[in-house]
Amino acid sequence: MTDLDQMKTDLLAAIDSAATLDALEAVRVSALGKAGSVTALLKTLGGMSPDERQVQGPRIQGLREAVTTAIATRKASLDRAELDARLASETLDMTLPAAAAPQGSVHPVSQVMDELAEIFADLGFAVATGPEIEDQWHNFTALNMPESHPARAMHDTFYLSPSPLRGEGRGEGASASVGVLGDPAQPLSPTLSLEGEREMYVLRTHTSPVQIRTMMGQQPPIRIIAPGRVYRSDWDATHTPMFHQIEGLVIDKGITLGHLKWTLETFLKAFFERDDIVLRLRPSYFPFTEPSAEVDVGWTMEKGRRTLGGSEGWMELLGSGMVHPRVIAACGLDPNEWQGFAFGVGVDRLAMLKYGMDDLRPFFEGDARWLKHYGFSALDVPTLSQGVGA
Amino acid sequence: MKTTLGWLKEHIDTDATLDTIVETLTRIGLEVEGVENPGAALAAFKVARVLSAAPHPQADKLQVLSIDAGDGPLQVVCGAPNARAGMLGVFGPAGAVVPSNGMVLKVAAIRGVESNGMMCSARELEVGEGHDGIIELPADAPVGMAYPDYAALNDPVIDINVLPNRPDCMGVRGIARDLAAAGLGTLKPLDAVYRMATLDPVDGPDAAPQVRTDDPEGCPSFFAQAVSGVTNGPAPAWMSSKLAAIGQKPISVLVDITNFLSIDLGRPLHVYDRAKLFGPLVARRAAVGESVLALNGKTYPLDPSMTVIADDSAVHDIGGIMGGEHSSVSESTTDVLIECAFFDPDHIARAGQKLALTSDARQRFERGVDPAFLDTGLAIATWLVTEHCGGTTSVITRAGQPPLGDKVVVYEPNLAETLGGLKIPHDRQLAILESLGFKVAFDWHVMVPTWRRDIDGPADLVEEVIRIEGIDRVPATPLPRTPGVAKPTATPAQALESRVRRAAAARGLNEAITWSFLSDAQAAAIGGGAWSLANPISEELKVMRPSLLPGLFAAAERNMKRGAPGVRLFELGRRYLAEGERATLGVVLAGENRPRGWQDGKATAFTAFDAKAEALALLAAAGAPVDNLQVMGEAGNAWHPGQSGTLRLGPKTVLAAFGMVHPLTLRAFDLDGPVAAVELYLDALPAKRATSFARAAYAPPVLQAVRRDFAFLVPEALAADTLVRAVKGADKASIVAARLFDVFVGTGVEPGHKSLGVEITLQPGEKSFTEADLKAVADKVVAAATKLGASLRG
Repeated sequence: MTDLDQMKTDLLAAIDSAATLDALEAVRVSALGKAGSVTALLKTLGGMSPDERQVQGPRIQGLREAVTTAIATRKASLDRAELDARLASETLDMTLPAAAAPQGSVHPVSQVMDELAEIFADLGFAVATGPEIEDQWHNFTALNMPESHPARAMHDTFYLSPSPLRGEGRGEGASASVGVLGDPAQPLSPTLSLEGEREMYVLRTHTSPVQIRTMMGQQPPIRIIAPGRVYRSDWDATHTPMFHQIEGLVIDKGITLGHLKWTLETFLKAFFERDDIVLRLRPSYFPFTEPSAEVDVGWTMEKGRRTLGGSEGWMELLGSGMVHPRVIAACGLDPNEWQGFAFGVGVDRLAMLKYGMDDLRPFFEGDARWLKHYGFSALDVPTLSQGVGA
Repeated sequence: MKTTLGWLKEHIDTDATLDTIVETLTRIGLEVEGVENPGAALAAFKVARVLSAAPHPQADKLQVLSIDAGDGPLQVVCGAPNARAGMLGVFGPAGAVVPSNGMVLKVAAIRGVESNGMMCSARELEVGEGHDGIIELPADAPVGMAYPDYAALNDPVIDINVLPNRPDCMGVRGIARDLAAAGLGTLKPLDAVYRMATLDPVDGPDAAPQVRTDDPEGCPSFFAQAVSGVTNGPAPAWMSSKLAAIGQKPISVLVDITNFLSIDLGRPLHVYDRAKLFGPLVARRAAVGESVLALNGKTYPLDPSMTVIADDSAVHDIGGIMGGEHSSVSESTTDVLIECAFFDPDHIARAGQKLALTSDARQRFERGVDPAFLDTGLAIATWLVTEHCGGTTSVITRAGQPPLGDKVVVYEPNLAETLGGLKIPHDRQLAILESLGFKVAFDWHVMVPTWRRDIDGPADLVEEVIRIEGIDRVPATPLPRTPGVAKPTATPAQALESRVRRAAAARGLNEAITWSFLSDAQAAAIGGGAWSLANPISEELKVMRPSLLPGLFAAAERNMKRGAPGVRLFELGRRYLAEGERATLGVVLAGENRPRGWQDGKATAFTAFDAKAEALALLAAAGAPVDNLQVMGEAGNAWHPGQSGTLRLGPKTVLAAFGMVHPLTLRAFDLDGPVAAVELYLDALPAKRATSFARAAYAPPVLQAVRRDFAFLVPEALAADTLVRAVKGADKASIVAARLFDVFVGTGVEPGHKSLGVEITLQPGEKSFTEADLKAVADKVVAAATKLGASLRG
């Protein structure tokens, strides 16, 4: 065993036994530092003869490389151990709770309105709106309900106290720009001679005045739905003074009761996502349609619950009919040229039937527990490709 | 409108079963809301003869009867004082259920004597009030017959929802006519129904009563006939039992005749006691200050819009709505005047609404009674009076003219298909129309029957033929697809609402829908509303909301009261301003923002900056140019004066208000603060300009951006945003962003000042910045800040 071999053995042992990075560094300095033992040997090479250098050179260089490699290896090992130790010291209880994001929700009425808009978009129906504070001409007269018509009394109408007329800017806070809903640019009836009707506004009792506004505002062909809030002075287990309706209107040439039936069937099948939805039309009376039909939808008992589909029994669902010629004429269209159908259905009721709420009243109480239970995720956007129901 | 099966069959010859009739009624638009058989509960009870009656050995008040209910003698213990041998009564055998108390009868010993059932009183069977003894039946009652069959209690009562357009079906005859038209039988002639030789009015020997109408508008015609020497008393059984079956209490034959005709023929009449009349009976407008004590016992104040029937002394009748108490007939009435008038439907409707008084008469007159039926109606009434009360009739007085006039609709039978969607052969349509009383000329000029005020156009005739033929037979016909490329069917405003709604839900807010109306106090708490209801359902729901926040405050309060730690509600709806209703979004954040936790320690409340974050995020979702918005004050009195603001696009357009709610506002809603809120005025958002689908080309900057920090000492009142904007604008060519990252007050910062740290981002163009470039920019930044009174901190 030469000195060099002994030295190598000693150094490698020292490297291996260095327990810390500092100890390893001390070994490195003692061997490869400026005054290190290996450095000193390397320095001796300069004073050797070429022959001697040829023999000693590779040996000394080999020693240096072996020591360098061993130090690097040991350093990596010590680094890893230190990292492991640090990570081990950082251990946390992974069962601790993460901060919960608040759970937002979309109201079932909004969700169902979006569903209906999607279904009817597929049938080519655009969405229309109108004011909720409505004049009596649009709410009644134009819909073939002249003053003192018994049907007016049936509507349990809310009347508004005489108030500054619209358009005399008394707005607060917001800009003076034209509203996007309930366009005030056309709130009043075109027949302002009906002074008595102008005096007292009502809260619209149905979405049907949107029919009038649409027919007066655009040329046929017309296909619209008009969802929105409506109001009746009625409050019990199944009625609230404010509720939601959706109106449908088609005005075109050659539209018949058969088209109405198909449209309602198609819409209800799509909405409830059942092919076995059965409708029963019954002759009825609405002043603004002729002929008029009440539409019942069939149900069957499924798991002890009345479920739409089949025809074990019937429940009243909506009113509909062919738009009365007088209504078409009141809107300035020729009833001999244009005809069509209209229907109106309660949105809250559709929501209850589809999603299984059995009480209407909590719809408008804003109870966060109810809203989270019956509400929908922001991402439950009804689409035809992913399903309109959620 | 209620009738019974038997009553219907007085007018229609039919073999149809009850089920068929009920189904048909609903199918043709006379919706049956219910069918009730009052006899069903009594099916087990039988007519029985008491064979013998002996005293009960153990009880003084009881007797032991032997009765025969058709199956031979049975022993029954009975406590009725009137029970005696030979009488006929009603027997309930073991197993029968007593309707009045639900008791199931069984064979049992009563005080030691076996009893096989019960002899029943009228009250026990709910067929009358009598309870002093058991029912006594006439001697000819057939023993063993089911009692409901004997007592004609098996006549099912049918409740029909007659819609406002069908005055004719407010009479049983009208319903029968529709049934006949639907093919269920033959309508009997009216004279046969009433067993009258003629339906023509017959003048009698007495002098004509003096009646006239001074109100041709409200009461175009007033027919009357007097009958003297009548005897009032109970109505005949056929009449009173029908009235009782549909829930009308029989009163006396004179009153019952008018009630019966109102229901049977839809023809309201009134009978006056002539002894209580003075001078001629006149239809006229009520005078100011007049009132009348009506038959329902209430006094109604009248006004000149209402038609009344009055004599020289008093008002006796609210014309066509309700008779007066004063001149009503009684047991002692001997001379009567029968009124058969025509009242204008609109007048009746208005008066009825004003008086809030409904009656059978009003229901019929406001729908429009048959103006051609006055003579016949009067003839039938007079005939019934003389038939049942005797007396001598008068000459008929006919004042005024009922509004007659032939109404002819020019029909086109193909409309059944082109409007109704159902092809119906022309001869079938002809048959339907004729069976409903229309007269159809060869050229389809259709004369409308006088009782069908609702018919005035071809569409009405389509409805008639379709409803009788069967509206359910109309085949579903696909709506053709609209040609061309499908366009968005939602308006930009609706698309916007939908985006904002889902953005809010995605941010953890819960969508509520609250009433559109508030109480006065709630509205006042936020500055008052422009619109209130004249007839609110309650004081709580009276003023149309001028803001969405009150409804959300109230909802938040309810949630907090129920123990919710934190509430994040939003609503998307309209606020109602004097000049119109506007799309608005409200957000209310109450209670805890974050609950206490192992990471963050104590629970944190919502701050004005939580509200600001919601406002900006939702405005961004709405597509508002969020970077260009300015925060300004003046959110309003409802808000915390130092922790609220508005977000504006330019100085005038307010897009949102946000911040903490004023404690006084919260107090009005019973809320413990702090509460943060946002109101977004969606109507104020600028409309999006239409752009093409393709985006502008994108070229990422070649060189890396450089960041530099500055710390400025500024007066405390200086708004941070003012400084940041000034800094950002100091060198528009190179500064692409400026962001506040620190606010410091305290050691090292002189009082009345604050230190603001701003980071700017510089984007080099084609060349990297030199030190000189950066120095120049920094100098500009400092200069801009200095203008605002800021100084660079060392």
